[in-house]
Amino acid sequence: MATSLDQLFAKVRAENRAALIAYIPAGFPSIEGCHKAIKALVAGGVDAIEIGFPYSDPVMDGPIIQAAAERSLSQGTGASDVFAALKCATDAGVSAVVMTYWNPIEKYGVDEFAQSISENGGSGVITPDLTIEESERWSEAAHAHKINRIYVVAPSTNDGRLEKVTSQCSGFVYVASLMGVTGTRTSISSGAGDLVARVRKVTDLPLAVGLGVSNRVQAKEVAHYADGVIVGSAFIKCLAEAEDEAQGLEAITELAKELSKGVREGR
Amino acid sequence: MTKIESTILGHFGPYGGRFVPEALIGALEELEAAHNSALKDPVFQAELSHLHLTYTGRPSILTEAKRFAEHAGGARILLKREDLNHTGSHKINNVLGQALLTKRMGKKRIIAETGAGQHGVAAATAAALMGLECVVYMGEEDTRRQSLNVARMKILGAEVIPVTTGSRTLKDAINEAMRDWVTNVETTHYLLGTVAGPHPFPTMVRDFHKIIGEEAKIQVQELVGRLPDAVLACVGGGSNAIGIFHDFIPDTSVRLIGLEAGGDGVETGRHAATITGGSPGVLHGTRSYVLQDKNGQTVESHSISAGLDYPGVGPEHAYLHDIGRAEYRAITDAQAMHAFALLSKTEGIIPAIETAHALAGAIQVGNELGPDAILLINLSGRGDKDVETAAKYFGIQL
Ligand SMILES: Cc1ncc(COP(=O)(O)O)c(C=O)c1O
Repeated sequence: MATSLDQLFAKVRAENRAALIAYIPAGFPSIEGCHKAIKALVAGGVDAIEIGFPYSDPVMDGPIIQAAAERSLSQGTGASDVFAALKCATDAGVSAVVMTYWNPIEKYGVDEFAQSISENGGSGVITPDLTIEESERWSEAAHAHKINRIYVVAPSTNDGRLEKVTSQCSGFVYVASLMGVTGTRTSISSGAGDLVARVRKVTDLPLAVGLGVSNRVQAKEVAHYADGVIVGSAFIKCLAEAEDEAQGLEAITELAKELSKGVREGR
Repeated sequence: MTKIESTILGHFGPYGGRFVPEALIGALEELEAAHNSALKDPVFQAELSHLHLTYTGRPSILTEAKRFAEHAGGARILLKREDLNHTGSHKINNVLGQALLTKRMGKKRIIAETGAGQHGVAAATAAALMGLECVVYMGEEDTRRQSLNVARMKILGAEVIPVTTGSRTLKDAINEAMRDWVTNVETTHYLLGTVAGPHPFPTMVRDFHKIIGEEAKIQVQELVGRLPDAVLACVGGGSNAIGIFHDFIPDTSVRLIGLEAGGDGVETGRHAATITGGSPGVLHGTRSYVLQDKNGQTVESHSISAGLDYPGVGPEHAYLHDIGRAEYRAITDAQAMHAFALLSKTEGIIPAIETAHALAGAIQVGNELGPDAILLINLSGRGDKDVETAAKYFGIQL
């Protein structure tokens, strides 16, 4: 059975454009504020939302997402808030997934986590630190609850391993544009296009590029060769730097509008 | 006989493995291959042995602590003197091995995390010796607690970066080092300081430290004509403990006892006793015991000893615990500081506060087993770096 995410990529493929995927941590800027932000992102035209499970030791994240996770955790964000945010996004009419480091899944219960994703309308989970060698239990759970398993590939991933990792993926493949942590960058690494080309040789799955995309020009550039454009830190920065909540929400809607133009200009 | 093998991808029963961003897989595979080939390469082994003989000061001696033993039930207390190694702790064994591997891989830059500063100093030392660039990440809180070691690292030519995220201690220094590594993995080796982290670190770091137990086993038998009844070591990440335990694992008559940092007492929640007070989980790339809350968030650890102040522990210890081959106990700050003072006054040896946890364990176990017992203790480090902390604790005016 196709998930909502699978259907989304079929749709954007038919429209000959890339999907715009936004990342926001649950509980940021506050538990309630996150729900408002999700609605503001949807109003701006994002196609899908990744709900981040804020984690105490985010080794893949740069300063912007680290600070957001700390702020969220200081307000007591837990698994139930992550699933509530997920539901908020799917209720708002977009495809939604959770992005989380592995330990919160293990602590929650691997099968139970997959079940809660499914029950809250989620399409799947992005697991940036779960290697395929350690993924057996997760594969079983995701399969049982019919959700997508999304893994990250990096410029350092060799061709043999690309084939192995993508064979375990569904929904889309998360293509890290560069060697590094999350955060806004002034330009998109030229390695991103090369990596997408290498991944295309081993899989027909949609490929979404993340790490460093923050504006319309960059979104357009990435949409030229990728099926999805993932933006996280740039939205979080808008919310973190806003003078008040209303201004922050307005800013992310505006940014989403710009980016959604970008993903339609790529081809 | 109990046999512990880290088999495919460094698993120890359900523990160990690799939980890392895909970007690091290539580097971990490269490191694993370099380590495996070095193990079989007589030239590499000869180079490391030569360094240990002429630079580290190995073999480290065995000292019998007779006056201290009077306070430990009269048991014979044998101290394996890793404190006499160059740079003052066991940490040098691992850094020299990894620095040689760094050169073997053709990398020119090393990064390291440090808590007490001992591993950072050791890493900076090896980098100076081998002409490598060295960056050390250290929690801001620890840079204050261990300012002398910060100065030592700088004198040795390393750059010390204070880490201001999270709890500003060792775990956050590891996070920051991992972020650096993901970004610079092409040119940089992450010289991890303990038997934690993703495979191959727990196995590789153990291999570089197991010389401690190999030497001690021979030395103890020469001195007393038999194996010890128990081997004791403090456990932060677990490197000095696995180093002295490893050669004794098949000798099931020998009890292996790890002493964790009990802080204010495990029951208070303010401690760093990961096996005693934690639960299985994943932290810093490996599955092991972790101090964590119900959402799987790492909980801050507490200890008077910066080197034990870590909410994780090496996966091989988790396994040794679960199969009952090793025991783990918590020693409070107060018990450790009592043992610190006692060894200083009875033997003229000022131990590191980390090590004092093992000595407090020796007092307990000696009293339990009595005068016929022979205890081997890993004296993992010297206390020079802790003089300020100890002076404050005991109210000595500086
Ligand atoms: C003297 C000494 N002993 C023990 C430790 C704890 O580390 P491990 O458990 O890896 O031996 C440290 C760490 O800094 C140390 O400096």
